[in-house]
Amino acid sequence: MKTDNNAKAYWRDNIKYVLILLVIWFIVSYGAGILFKDELNTFKIGGFKLGFWFAQQGSMYVFVILIFVYVRLMNKLDKKYGYDE
Amino acid sequence: MMNRLFLTTEMDVQTWTYILVGLTFTLYIGIAIWSRAGSTREFYVAGGGVSPLANGMATAADWMSAASFISMAGIISFAGYDGAVYLMGWTGGYVLLALLLAPYLRKFGKFTVPDFIGDRYYSKAARIVAVFCALLVSFTYVAGQMRGVGIVFSRFLEVDINTGVIIGMLIVLFYAVLGGMKGITYTQVAQYCVLIFAFMVPAIFISIQMTGNPIPQLGFGSELSDGSGTYLLDKLDGLSTELGFAEYTEGSKSMIDVFAITLALMVGTAGLPHVIVRFFTVKRVKDARKSAGIALLLIVILYTSAPAVAVFARTNMIETVSNQPYAKVPEWFKKWEETELVVFTDKNSDGNIQYLAGDAFIKGENGKFDFNQPNLSTKNELYIDRDIMVLANPEIAKLPNWVIALVAAGGLAAALSTAAGLLLVISSSVSHDLIKKIVKPSISENGELIAARLSAVGAVCIAGYFGINPPGFVAAVVALAFGLAAASFFPAIILGIFYKRMNKEGAIAGMIVGIVSMLLYMIKYKLGWLDDVLPSKSEWWFGISPEGFGTIAMLLNFIVSITIMKFTKAPPQEVQDIVENIRIPSGAKEALNH
Repeated sequence: MKTDNNAKAYWRDNIKYVLILLVIWFIVSYGAGILFKDELNTFKIGGFKLGFWFAQQGSMYVFVILIFVYVRLMNKLDKKYGYDE
Repeated sequence: MMNRLFLTTEMDVQTWTYILVGLTFTLYIGIAIWSRAGSTREFYVAGGGVSPLANGMATAADWMSAASFISMAGIISFAGYDGAVYLMGWTGGYVLLALLLAPYLRKFGKFTVPDFIGDRYYSKAARIVAVFCALLVSFTYVAGQMRGVGIVFSRFLEVDINTGVIIGMLIVLFYAVLGGMKGITYTQVAQYCVLIFAFMVPAIFISIQMTGNPIPQLGFGSELSDGSGTYLLDKLDGLSTELGFAEYTEGSKSMIDVFAITLALMVGTAGLPHVIVRFFTVKRVKDARKSAGIALLLIVILYTSAPAVAVFARTNMIETVSNQPYAKVPEWFKKWEETELVVFTDKNSDGNIQYLAGDAFIKGENGKFDFNQPNLSTKNELYIDRDIMVLANPEIAKLPNWVIALVAAGGLAAALSTAAGLLLVISSSVSHDLIKKIVKPSISENGELIAARLSAVGAVCIAGYFGINPPGFVAAVVALAFGLAAASFFPAIILGIFYKRMNKEGAIAGMIVGIVSMLLYMIKYKLGWLDDVLPSKSEWWFGISPEGFGTIAMLLNFIVSITIMKFTKAPPQEVQDIVENIRIPSGAKEALNH
């Protein structure tokens, strides 16, 4: 039987991870792809203007990475707090 | 042998289409027979034992509809940068889904989204509001899928659009009714393979053709292979401005609208019942997280190729038609003219096609172009429907016939898989949430299974009816299904998980305010039913379009929920215990028939 404190600590760590990952989620899509795209468009990688690239390519790659990072972090967290199965 | 090989390469598009569509349909039906459902648990959640990979593939196929496959690249190729709202909007939602919803809903372990809302908010009223929202969202969405099936059939198999819709209905009916979630899941796995292959093959071919780079995602940022040393995107920017369009990489929507639409689509994605319900089908909470990641990875393969296809298609199209003599147009041009998806009018009678910015024709009373009335205030002589870009792209690029046929089979796979997923949500909303939970709780397992199958039949018939007789507003409303989901489910579920104090009064009020405000905005600014004419863009609130209003409606939902909650009493202890429980990943039971 797990104690309540264990569950609370697990939840706090979980929320911390989620917040950090969502901040990155926001920065790449709404930040780089929309709000600051004009500034970023002054840079180019290959034929891509950077803001345009984030909006139509980069943000999506980051989304995939974010979910897999979350999966890894949470699997570790589950083990740490004994919720693994 | 040589002779036979020669013959096959010479086979025409239509024969190839019959072969490929016939083969894939046989495959789907075979899978449906093999995986038919024997219990309500299998019917609603595929027995709860689907592997993360299979669930990820099924989710991806479920998610990528006729709109993603057929329309999206076309829309992007006309919208340029602005197309990013769909790309980011329809993928970013999976991050929210994986981090904020899927694990907890899986742990909760019931059959449907209204199940969660009804139990978490300990109220029949909340459940009924949720059922209503689920049906509204799913019906608006499914009608568009049936229409997509009809378009593919009519163009490639040269049957009437309505016959196409009916054939599509029969196929979906067969495997959704027989197999339930189990049948749908395994056919969707096959459909994912078909649709991604069908999308990528022409994309890779054309990428090599235009830039020499076999990876489309890199190809559209590369130099042209004609030796000029110009970047493809620079060339397209140049062509676009030359013909009077906005620069391709800049777009023309306002920043606040791009922001609002992207957010509405993301949040709507995370709130769509047919997507959420997929995460009830895996075994453990960690499988739910993982399959969200796999699903997004598989979706992103198509979604990062689509903007490349858009650029290839747009460039090719402009070069093929702009200032070319009408008498010498290629075969594909004439074929699409027959369906009035390409229409040319020689305003200056010079025999050449002038393709420039502006509408070539005047819009009639119904808001559609009247092809008998050239719009003399612009010099543009050509109307091209955005929906044909993906379907016509292989022909424009002169790819082999089997590739063209493959695209037709892929479009059908995309439309059918999404339609089936939606029909399941509709039928389980009726048989489980309405009949079992509200009208007749004493119904037996077998009785519920029969009810589920009958409501699937009913749902297919209604969807088919709208596919054949699309009311003018269906197309307009499909895009808004996301706004409706964002405005209703997303806040209620998030608050239900992350805010223990949230009670039924707050959640119900929030959902109602959210969905009603979304509906009203849509009726006023998208359908124009409240005024004699559709109000102009300048009247939009904060410059936000109806597509983006889901963001505002969602905020309203959150504000109303929290305010009402503050003045009403906390939920009972056992509900607070449920919330504590779903936050812990271990011990997820199989989805129970409670």
